[in-house]
Amino acid sequence: MSSVIKQFLYVNRKAPYGTVYALESLEVVLIGAAFEQDVRLLFMDDGVFQITKGQDTADIGMKNFSPTYGALGDYDVKYMYVCKQSLEERGLTVDDLLDLKWEDEDEDWAEKDSIILVDREEMKSLMTDADVVLSF
Amino acid sequence: MKYTIQINEGPYTHQASDSAYNFTKAALEKGYEIFRIFFYHDGVNNATRLTTPPQDDRNVITRWSELAAAHDLDLVVCVAAAQRRGIADADESARNGKDADNLAPGFRISGLGQLIEGGIIADRLVVFGD
Repeated sequence: MSSVIKQFLYVNRKAPYGTVYALESLEVVLIGAAFEQDVRLLFMDDGVFQITKGQDTADIGMKNFSPTYGALGDYDVKYMYVCKQSLEERGLTVDDLLDLKWEDEDEDWAEKDSIILVDREEMKSLMTDADVVLSF
Repeated sequence: MKYTIQINEGPYTHQASDSAYNFTKAALEKGYEIFRIFFYHDGVNNATRLTTPPQDDRNVITRWSELAAAHDLDLVVCVAAAQRRGIADADESARNGKDADNLAPGFRISGLGQLIEGGIIADRLVVFGD
């Protein structure tokens, strides 16, 4: 395996259930994390719904895969950026989102928030700074 | 310049596969290297040899097979996405107890690691889809 470490930015733009993009994006994130790359997620547009609290899919006959986002910290995924404007446009605040954490090895495994709110200007630099942008 | 291409949409419904094909052809003509072409989501439907478009239309699938043969391209179909959508080679079909297979020539079925590796090794990963 290559020893190169690249920054992978996964841009999640779609609602979790109407299409399969969110679920299959998460599958790529999990595999990508196993490659020991610098993996970061960005949620924008309807993609912010992917990480909302209290998802209940019982009536649509689909699996609720939102708990998996909570496990990403254990895969060393530390940064989950969320577009501020996308939240506002949908009447959501950060309190509507899952409480996502990662543990900082360098600070005695202190729990830290994974979610970082960003505006559209900051999103531009996130995409510029990433080596690989995968958009779903 | 070394490229990895990702195709996320099926043929005919969506232009992604056509655009990716044109991009790949142009890149090859310019002398750039195509490290891998990875088919994901409904993009795996670009890999069934059972596709039979009307005679006056392009055949998106054979076009890929022919380009792969001419330039020794690595066309990789995601196994998990393929299983969901009924795309299988003989081995996959047998493993899953199915009675048929449909993978077109020049394509191979493999895991998502191939996409990540494509991102690591190529200078640019270009995604075609919605």
